[in-house]
Amino acid sequence: MLRLNRVWKTYRVGAFGTRELTAVRDVSLDVAPGEVVSLIGESGSGKTTIGRMVLRLNSVSQGRIEFDGTDVSTLRGRALKSYYRKVQGIFQDPYSSFNPIFKADRVFDMVRRQFFAGTPNATWHGKIEAALADVRLDPAQVLNKYPHQLSGGQLQRMLIARALLLDIKLLIADEIISMLDASTRIDVMNLLADLTSRGVGVLFVTHDLALGNYLSTTTVILRRGVIVEMGATDKVFANPQHPYSTHLLGSVPHLHKKWSQVEAELARHDARLGPCGYHAHMPGRCGMPPHDPDQPMLAEIEPGHVVGCSYDQPLG
Amino acid sequence: MSLQVDGLRVRYRTLRGDVHALDGVTFEVADGEIMGLVGESGCGKTTLAKSLIRLDGRMQYVDGVVELDGVKLPIDDQHAMNRFRFTQISFVPQYAMSALNPIRKIGKMIAELLESRGFDYKSIQPELERRLDLVGLPRDVLRRYPIELSGGMKQRTVVVVSTLLDPSLLVADEATSALDVSNQKAVAETLVEFRDRRFVRSVIVVTHDISLGYQIADTIMVMYAGKQAEKAPAEVIVNSPRHPYTQALMSSLPEVGVRYEDRRLAGIPGSPPPLLNPPSGCRFRDRCPLAFDQCAEEPPFVEIATGHSVACWKAA
Repeated sequence: MLRLNRVWKTYRVGAFGTRELTAVRDVSLDVAPGEVVSLIGESGSGKTTIGRMVLRLNSVSQGRIEFDGTDVSTLRGRALKSYYRKVQGIFQDPYSSFNPIFKADRVFDMVRRQFFAGTPNATWHGKIEAALADVRLDPAQVLNKYPHQLSGGQLQRMLIARALLLDIKLLIADEIISMLDASTRIDVMNLLADLTSRGVGVLFVTHDLALGNYLSTTTVILRRGVIVEMGATDKVFANPQHPYSTHLLGSVPHLHKKWSQVEAELARHDARLGPCGYHAHMPGRCGMPPHDPDQPMLAEIEPGHVVGCSYDQPLG
Repeated sequence: MSLQVDGLRVRYRTLRGDVHALDGVTFEVADGEIMGLVGESGCGKTTLAKSLIRLDGRMQYVDGVVELDGVKLPIDDQHAMNRFRFTQISFVPQYAMSALNPIRKIGKMIAELLESRGFDYKSIQPELERRLDLVGLPRDVLRRYPIELSGGMKQRTVVVVSTLLDPSLLVADEATSALDVSNQKAVAETLVEFRDRRFVRSVIVVTHDISLGYQIADTIMVMYAGKQAEKAPAEVIVNSPRHPYTQALMSSLPEVGVRYEDRRLAGIPGSPPPLLNPPSGCRFRDRCPLAFDQCAEEPPFVEIATGHSVACWKAA
């Protein structure tokens, strides 16, 4: 459904845009209907930029983003509108997604104005109630309220309901639960999981490995704009191949295991791995550009599990 | 005995009335102990942390006694508290940026800070540099502006600065929540190391993440709606919690390894009660799966085993 094909993003930074900063470097990935792909990375890994490029909030510097076979960056006018009917995004801070001087349900009216101008009132209200029921919100509790009267969890769920009013196929969820409390975040997670059963694909952007692991079918680990490891979630988490992946896994606070214990387990795992999983399968040397410019940047080490070179490349 | 808090009550004054954010809290933090303070937003954990160091303008001390090393702290008197701040009690805020002066180089800021408290920068500088080495920061951070450091480096700098005079108590309010997993681990381990080296004698770590609390704290205190719910050694809280709120909080937390398909976690329904007019009886009653008639009466916070106190009728 969604395919990123060797996508690059370069920002101009510094005075008068004199320096270039590569935020996303040669990223290729797919999101299928009903699949949750989690993009996991620390700040500066380019995970948010990828989400924003898919939503066309940032332009693509190089490469193609395709949705159902069409290049997203060429969409204009009517075609773009029908793209947004299928692809929607939700962001980290629910309070900044809503305009504080209007009532929160204005987001629904805006969808109506844009996409459902001819719908009669009764049908529209039925649609809103159905969407709110899908996200387990009581209409009486959330309609006709200002954003500050609602909790963060309620607001995030309203945004999901807003996306459901449209006929969405793909949802970009950018850190949507990191500002929520532990007691409510899991409900929003479950809601996302339920969306997949109706065929919606989710691109789940997070820095939290535990959340990514809970929800996703495919895990993509990003570092400094490069995919270092990608594959089915159970394979990546059970058998991480890249030193950066094990480093991240070792830093997550567990509830029943101390860091020292997790580290010892991962050290034993690392000892079994070779120095570089990529070059064990591909020609060339770590840190050197491959002789063949078309050589893929990721090597398949088992079916559906690919890894990049372990070389720690300098920033730039 | 390092810190002793007895029946502390603090309220916020608002136009609609007083919000009883901290409603009678009694606990001790021993010499050399790290205590984790855990709860949802609005449970009073930040209010408690702030009351120990500085009440802001909206906060009003009602009653209760706070003693540090046997000396009563004048927490309701802003000027009298100055004698204790930084030298006896120190604070690490959530956003390091709000602790560092953006227009001063870090070294100059520290010099001004020390001089304002009557200490000589030159004589403390060797110790400062030694501690920077210890947390893995290059010495030239002192010649840099805060904006030149990453979030993790800034937060480690703040920890070094706030413990420079070897205070008795350090209060870290969500000090790692804004950081990535690997920086989070580095800062958390810095806190433990500083305690081990006696740079600071006891630490209160305020966090919403109970798994982080488990990694570094010796004891964990769970708060709910301005009151204590449970306090016990970290191992006991994690492995055999007795308060239904603690249990629910942990069962709603996705851990690495828990997958949506295998085990669907559930959140805690409802939200904490408003503290403007707190309900009588047990405050968790409305959300509690075990609630029964006696819960209309407020459960006392009693010790059920050595070092394990719970406020629940079902646990006693």
